[in-house]
Amino acid sequence: MIETMQALLDPDNLFLRYALVMGGLASISFGIIGTFVTIKRIGYLAGAISHSVFGGIGLAIFLQVNAGLTWFDPILGATLAAVISAVIIGLVSLHAKEREDTIIGTLWAVGMAAGILFIDKTAGYFNLSSYLFGDILLIAKKDLIYVSCLDALVLGLSILFFNRFFSVCFDSEFMSLRGINTSFFYLLLLVLTSLTVVLLVRIVGIVLVIALLTIPPAIASFYAKRLWQMMFFSILLCAFFTSTGLLLSYAFSLSSGPTIIILSGAAYLVLLIFHKWIKN
Amino acid sequence: METDHDIILKNVSFAYKQSNILEDVTLFIHKGEFASIVGPNGGGKTTLLKLILGLLKPDNGKISIFGKPPEQARQKIGYMPQYAPLDMNFPATVMDVVLMGRLAKTTLWFSKKDRSEALAAIDEVGMNGFAGIGFNELSGGQRQRILIARALCSRPAILLLDEPTANVDHETEINLFSILQALNSTMTILVVSHDLGFVSKYVKSVICVNRKVVIHPTTLMNGLLIKDIYHGDLKMVRHDHRCSEEGHSHD
Repeated sequence: MIETMQALLDPDNLFLRYALVMGGLASISFGIIGTFVTIKRIGYLAGAISHSVFGGIGLAIFLQVNAGLTWFDPILGATLAAVISAVIIGLVSLHAKEREDTIIGTLWAVGMAAGILFIDKTAGYFNLSSYLFGDILLIAKKDLIYVSCLDALVLGLSILFFNRFFSVCFDSEFMSLRGINTSFFYLLLLVLTSLTVVLLVRIVGIVLVIALLTIPPAIASFYAKRLWQMMFFSILLCAFFTSTGLLLSYAFSLSSGPTIIILSGAAYLVLLIFHKWIKN
Repeated sequence: METDHDIILKNVSFAYKQSNILEDVTLFIHKGEFASIVGPNGGGKTTLLKLILGLLKPDNGKISIFGKPPEQARQKIGYMPQYAPLDMNFPATVMDVVLMGRLAKTTLWFSKKDRSEALAAIDEVGMNGFAGIGFNELSGGQRQRILIARALCSRPAILLLDEPTANVDHETEINLFSILQALNSTMTILVVSHDLGFVSKYVKSVICVNRKVVIHPTTLMNGLLIKDIYHGDLKMVRHDHRCSEEGHSHD
């Protein structure tokens, strides 16, 4: 542990400090949005959004190399793809009814496939697994600015519309009767979810991001009586898992994303067993 | 004449996937009515409520509530849905749930008045002292009462309840209908129920729904009528829930 602390202070390991700050900042958005996703039970939709993000990353890399659009950063591509797929998936789930899971499953796979094809057609070597499972070496200072802006947006909208989101998650039909545009708030929630997912693609990757979105609220729900408490606990848990996971992965030379996910998954399973069987 | 009626349905039909749920329904509900909606499963009871709420659009015919289309009259309708689809482990207190009824178009944040109205509604359903308790800690009957309170706290002129007595014991059922009976002095109430014998002691009319809709004063309910509505020869047992001291005979 002392070695890890020394490593943190080493100026050569700036990336590790960035990763820790990034994880801590991202936990704010993750705790809040993850709680909404968990109670509204749209983890599956968030999974589809995070995978279709890969299409946007592929497109960005393709345009950067082939069309010379150097400003078209993969994160910009990911953000665009995330927002577009959130709106499409949201509209599908509002209107498609019984075909919902088929269409969403299709978007999930098509998004990923498109990303791979774009990369196939791009000259040069790309480390795909860094996008799929995360790579903290990729984190740069501008990511910290991006995460801070998103935190401000998520926090601001969640405070402003807290009661709206709350009631849309609890009983959407009742709220539409009270004259509230529930479809709008549902889509807004999905767009915020998609932006949040993009945030942590850098650290834990597309495939694993969904676990970090849902595990902290799942644990928090054992202890929280009210929605804001669940969010608060989720933020703390998410920050704890990302920072501990990052330090462990550094200390033992492991991939950062999977370490974080195994840590949070194990914590959840242990607590689940404790609360379901031992406590009762 | 029409101003005495809170709810008017004229020749309303509704079909779902080519099968008719409701056929040529004409129904007048006057102000101050307390009616139970009965009928077999799939007969169209919930559909009827959703048409009145404007959640579903009729294929034919016209619905007016206080002389307006349902979408415009909604703010004055309190609605208690069947609670099965709700997530009962949702992290919310009783107060959080009841306050949802105050969330009108313009309110982002709840005012003191919203909170006092919510507390008053909680009192009205006999749940005072429960405001800070978790919704998931309540019993089935208590949850139903809280959902009624949520419908009440927007101060509606019409109260629609979909199976409020599903999954509750008989004592709770009596309790709920006594609450509704008291509320009926200030509002029109329609309640979906499956226990006809029981509700007929409380309600003023019975609306029988099985593709067609017929309304009867409770005094006229008898076996023949019920047989007509259910299209079958069914055994009917009167549930008066009381017997003479010598018991009763079946001759």
